[in-house]
Amino acid sequence: MSRRLLWLRPAAFIAALLILWHVAIQYQSIDLMPGPLAVVGGIAELAQRGLLLKYIVASLFRVTWGFTLAALLAIPLGLMVGWHRRADMAVNPLIQILRPISPLAWIPISILWFGVGDMAAIYLIFLASFLPLMVTAINAVGGIAPVHLNAGRNFGLSSVQLIYRVLYPAVIPQLIVGLRITLGIAWLVVVAAEMIAVNSGLGFLIVDARNAGNRYDLVVAGMVMIGVIGLLLDNGMRSLEKIRSLRWGYSED
Amino acid sequence: MAQPVLQMPQTAVSTKLRARGINMTFKRDGVSTNVLNNVDLEVRDGEFVCLLGPSGCGKSTLLNILAGFLSPSSGEVKIDGFAVTGPYPRRIFVFQERGVFPWLSVEGNIEFGLFKLSKEERRSRIAHYVKLVGLQGFEKAYPGELSGGMKQRLEVARALAVKPDMLYLDEPFGALDSITRLIMRGELLRIWEAERKTIIFVTHDIEESVQLADRVVVMSARPARIQKIVDIDIPHPRDISDPRYLKLRDGIFEEIGLAHKI
Repeated sequence: MSRRLLWLRPAAFIAALLILWHVAIQYQSIDLMPGPLAVVGGIAELAQRGLLLKYIVASLFRVTWGFTLAALLAIPLGLMVGWHRRADMAVNPLIQILRPISPLAWIPISILWFGVGDMAAIYLIFLASFLPLMVTAINAVGGIAPVHLNAGRNFGLSSVQLIYRVLYPAVIPQLIVGLRITLGIAWLVVVAAEMIAVNSGLGFLIVDARNAGNRYDLVVAGMVMIGVIGLLLDNGMRSLEKIRSLRWGYSED
Repeated sequence: MAQPVLQMPQTAVSTKLRARGINMTFKRDGVSTNVLNNVDLEVRDGEFVCLLGPSGCGKSTLLNILAGFLSPSSGEVKIDGFAVTGPYPRRIFVFQERGVFPWLSVEGNIEFGLFKLSKEERRSRIAHYVKLVGLQGFEKAYPGELSGGMKQRLEVARALAVKPDMLYLDEPFGALDSITRLIMRGELLRIWEAERKTIIFVTHDIEESVQLADRVVVMSARPARIQKIVDIDIPHPRDISDPRYLKLRDGIFEEIGLAHKI
């Protein structure tokens, strides 16, 4: 099947669901759900008022900062911990305690520390991204084939050369998977954080639309935008996995 | 009286590797396992030696000790008169095909050990060894796009490209199908005859050892010791239906305690 036809099937499925949604809305006795046309109208209204772009940019800004800071700290730290087995044994129990705590449980503390504003939201995204990325990096180092390290040593590599010529290329594919999954988590968390800690962004839009006059068309419009942008972020990360020198990390072999 | 030293025959080549009194004991969960028992071995310069033994007998452990990846519980290994303390770029270990770096192309893999050389030198080595192992046309391919036999040849090329004095091969053709394995044996012999490296080759395949080696070191089951060393005094290319070949092969079958009839 050609590439164009591969798109056809999910598009047709979504179109069918939209029609079903539209028809079903006609039969509801009380307003439980806005119809698809109302939602499109909501998106158009937001765009017209200049809020759509503003809120998307606000949300992406927070995710970018929180996620990037977490990646810059967690990945080198995780690689270092994974490289030194004793460090791994020391750090691992703490990670296992912190990991089950939902990032949302940190909302009160982040507001206490940073007040209501961007910093609190960025801090929450940072927290939500940090541990998954660190665990990915630790496991990626643990997953390096010993023959590759031995081969590197055999060819006379120094420790520093071993790190950037064997460790680094060996962990990249797994790190990209970890980054992709974590970006998804960060995108989930930013919406929740914006519902409480700030007064802009797509999460704020959803809460604000309900509070200021039960505008459920705008609520669903916000939800749709979150889904679409999440899909685009995931596709962006996925395209990295198609790089030729990385493809080995994703094959069945 | 004539000096006897000066009258040494041409065939008496120098000793490359000398292992003395190698013992190896692994400890795991408080249980210690004796893997190697007082192994003495000498390998001459340019010699092709096969370490032959049943699976799990400790021959790979011995190879890792000879290569410097493991240090023995007692005993010592000397190469060119110097004690072996670790792996060294003049002596390259060829793993099974999984040893190639999957993130590097064929060229990148061969170039891996050449980082101290000039760019022109690297380029000429890559071209030479790509050709030697018959991977022309695949220079830009990644290992994931190659067959098992090609990956194995790539690993041999990567090892040869640094011009080592010695090669250690750990059941390098074990994962290949029988046809590719036969071709690879021929290729290895061709390369060995062209470049005359000292080769220590671990295998559990009796036929393979008799086809390849100058000497076959037959090892016992664990704890491994050297049971017998068999000289294979047949010139290459070897006729595998020759009576001499069959006699040596059958002698090893008997040495290991196997009837060669099924």
